[in-house]
Amino acid sequence: MNRYFLPLALFVVLILLLAVGLRIDPKLVPSPLIDKPLPAFNLPKLKTPDDNIKSSDFQGDVVLLNVWASWCVACRAEHPLLLELSTNNEMLIYGINYKDTRTDAMQWLQHFGDPYRASAFDQHGLTGIDLGVYGVPETYIMDRAGIIRYKHIGPITREVLDNTILPLIEKLKASGT
Amino acid sequence: MRLLTIFSIIGCLFVFTNVPAIDTPMEFNDPATELRFKKLTEELRCLVCQNQSLADSHAGLAQDLRNEVYRMVIAGDSDKEIIAYMVSRYGDFVLYRPPVKNTTYLLWFGPFLMLLIAVIVIARVIRLRANDMAEEDNGQGNDPI
Repeated sequence: MNRYFLPLALFVVLILLLAVGLRIDPKLVPSPLIDKPLPAFNLPKLKTPDDNIKSSDFQGDVVLLNVWASWCVACRAEHPLLLELSTNNEMLIYGINYKDTRTDAMQWLQHFGDPYRASAFDQHGLTGIDLGVYGVPETYIMDRAGIIRYKHIGPITREVLDNTILPLIEKLKASGT
Repeated sequence: MRLLTIFSIIGCLFVFTNVPAIDTPMEFNDPATELRFKKLTEELRCLVCQNQSLADSHAGLAQDLRNEVYRMVIAGDSDKEIIAYMVSRYGDFVLYRPPVKNTTYLLWFGPFLMLLIAVIVIARVIRLRANDMAEEDNGQGNDPI
């Protein structure tokens, strides 16, 4: 009996490790920017190129910043949820249009709807690099002081919205400062 | 003649295995800077295709990051500054050799731990076998020759 114990124990440990390992998504890289101020940027607006959006514009409000592109298929999947968030929850949503062309991006918004207060136009993706963007869509939530409190990589799902994003927004809005 | 053909076919297979993914040619003033750029992009991991370095990857983001590294190398930034720039944006994950700290102990020392376990297991097995053999020897001790 005893001689079977060790192989069995090893087998069980292996199964447990595999079970945990298979649940971890290697695409999700923890961002070093959590609890740090939003990196400064100053970009022209998508619809009105003469206007600019600065990272400092967001201060004083709880803001959701969504990095999107017309060529990004996954962005379409999350888009209805952003629209819902902007209307039902009166959430202040800004966008960064990442490595796109103005015509494509504006057509895309016309077709799918525009949940953004405004979108910044990051043609060469340099602001994207500053924000540590590596897969669109990505979503950041900043508190009133402009500190990044949450980052979601990939499309927002109903589950993430209801279980994580909405409670966090409530919490951030409730806290003063 | 036939042998030559075979060898040249095999040779062709190797020619393209190690070509760095430089989409736009980059110009360097001196070989030292070029070497520095090469080394840096081989040390940094592409976040889109995670098993490739920045030097190997054809992903759009890798191209952008290569351009950033190029810009910084040309501007005369030190290796340390460039690495710090990348880590501050993408975290330790961009490094193929992450720093030793709480979260990476298992990564760094895990293999040695495995080795230790393996050595213990092998030692036990050997000792058990030795015991078994000794017992067998004892049993067979009075066999007629």
